[in-house]
Amino acid sequence: MTDILVVGDTTNGKLGSATAELIRAAGNLVGDVGVGLAGSRLQEAVREASSMGAQTIYTMESHKLDDPSVYTKVTAFSQLCQQLEPRVILVSKNSHGLDFGPRLAFSLGAGLAQDCIRIGEDDDTGRVVATRPVYGGSAMATVTFSGDGPQVVVLREKSYEPASQDSLESGNLVQVEVNLGSSGDQVKSVRQVGSVAKGVRLEDAEFVVAGGRGLGGAEPFATLEELANLLGGAVGASRAACDAGWVNHNYQVGLTGRTISPNVYLTVGISGASQHMAGCSGSRNIIAINKDREANIFKEARFGVVGDWNAILPSFLETVRELV
Amino acid sequence: MSLDIIVCVKQVMDPETPPSGFKIDQETKQVVQTTGSSPVLNGFDENAVEAALRIKDITPATITIVSVGKDFVMDVVKKPLAMGADNLVLLSDTHFETLDSFATATVLAAGIRKLGEPDLILCGRQASDWDNAQVPLGLAEFLGLTCVTVAQKVDTDGTSLTIEQVSSDGYQEIMTTLPALVTVSNEIGVPRYPTLRGIMAAGRKEPVIYSAADLNIDPESLSPKVVVTDLYVPESNHEVEIISGEDDADAGRKLALRMREEGLI
Repeated sequence: MTDILVVGDTTNGKLGSATAELIRAAGNLVGDVGVGLAGSRLQEAVREASSMGAQTIYTMESHKLDDPSVYTKVTAFSQLCQQLEPRVILVSKNSHGLDFGPRLAFSLGAGLAQDCIRIGEDDDTGRVVATRPVYGGSAMATVTFSGDGPQVVVLREKSYEPASQDSLESGNLVQVEVNLGSSGDQVKSVRQVGSVAKGVRLEDAEFVVAGGRGLGGAEPFATLEELANLLGGAVGASRAACDAGWVNHNYQVGLTGRTISPNVYLTVGISGASQHMAGCSGSRNIIAINKDREANIFKEARFGVVGDWNAILPSFLETVRELV
Repeated sequence: MSLDIIVCVKQVMDPETPPSGFKIDQETKQVVQTTGSSPVLNGFDENAVEAALRIKDITPATITIVSVGKDFVMDVVKKPLAMGADNLVLLSDTHFETLDSFATATVLAAGIRKLGEPDLILCGRQASDWDNAQVPLGLAEFLGLTCVTVAQKVDTDGTSLTIEQVSSDGYQEIMTTLPALVTVSNEIGVPRYPTLRGIMAAGRKEPVIYSAADLNIDPESLSPKVVVTDLYVPESNHEVEIISGEDDADAGRKLALRMREEGLI
């Protein structure tokens, strides 16, 4: 009997860190935890999920589910949920997640709490109570469910530490047949066009330097690149800088861009609107260079310099060069 | 043959409003703007209107704007008309004031069914107030349409659709057939400004208004699946250490040294 079903993901046969975070979060709810996995060659991921304390691991093995489109993955998990009737379904808001959660919920006629950062349970009602940022992070909401249907909860990535592999591997393995039919066939992917990322991936970098509206143009980003290279980090940008065309949109950090949690996040000419902070609030040390002392970024930063980046940045870079 | 395009839009609080510019009504669990500024059209919805207009620039099309709510500000919801859209339909009822995503999609689906069978529905990828990104997916599910999300480009030849879907390091080119629903992102580019003539024409145009009764919606069926029990502004008692020097260049140097001291570089 699975009360809480974690929608699992795998990368190259290994359990994704988003799934490990969901397993940790599931520990805040009462009931047995199951993890659903889709694809082929799932043995390693099954073992990992089991050692993280999942009571049951459900595998849906099909080559059609290797790197599936969101349509196919929703069909598979929708059928799994109809068979198991879990009380709570946990989904991570990774690139499929923003789409996947609502699609799954609507296919089940279920309610959905989007983009939550904390979850717990109401002792009286037994329903999930979740905390989520709204209005771009300017306000926080506590939400719960009504009615008796399944409760789908989408968790923002990096809200919980990944579960560690310290349980006895005693989870049950259950193979589940799903009928994928023609799901996903109505949409054809023609080609993937990507800029080849140089150096460290933004999400993986421990040092990120980002520029915003205050930089005034594309050129200063060359200095940021130099700094990032020097410190083995990556460069990001605010949405304003991307919309202005100074850098490509895949540099965008924020609510609708990338979510990062580096050790050091150095911002230059970024005011720190809540929509931007939503993508970087997991950073352990925010450092701000901005000319406006009243800018919101200083409310979040550990260290700050108030002044003209044109003068601050070169001497900063020069000193860093001497130090490393 | 003319394409029938529907764009769904939402009126929201200006997302640039600082926390000092709004308060929370604990009775209704809603954010209320306290400064004089008026609501705006959700930014991603303007991107969706722009996507529709770009199709209409090269293909015969009729663009109908649909919105759900209670207290509409006419200048806000008429903006798409001023940009070049043709019709405005407001699904307006006292029961439509505080709907969750499921109920909003239910009302929109009823309104669109009443209007006929559109070839293409465009929505913003999400609304800047609650960022749920749910309504378009629900609407597509209820209408039985294929839904492609987060587009930066939408082209159609009247039968098929070619979409550039934004991915974290570029985009994916996707093909599907009409009818379909597509959500649009800011990567599509800056929406066009209303022209003076467009503003004048929009001012004269009367919206079509449908109530819950017009749509045969039983208000009971709109009871929420997800309820808000608390809404608050998070407290911040964080103190920043401001680093200063003789001049800006000196401050930059001191920042690097201070970060080194803390083991941050």
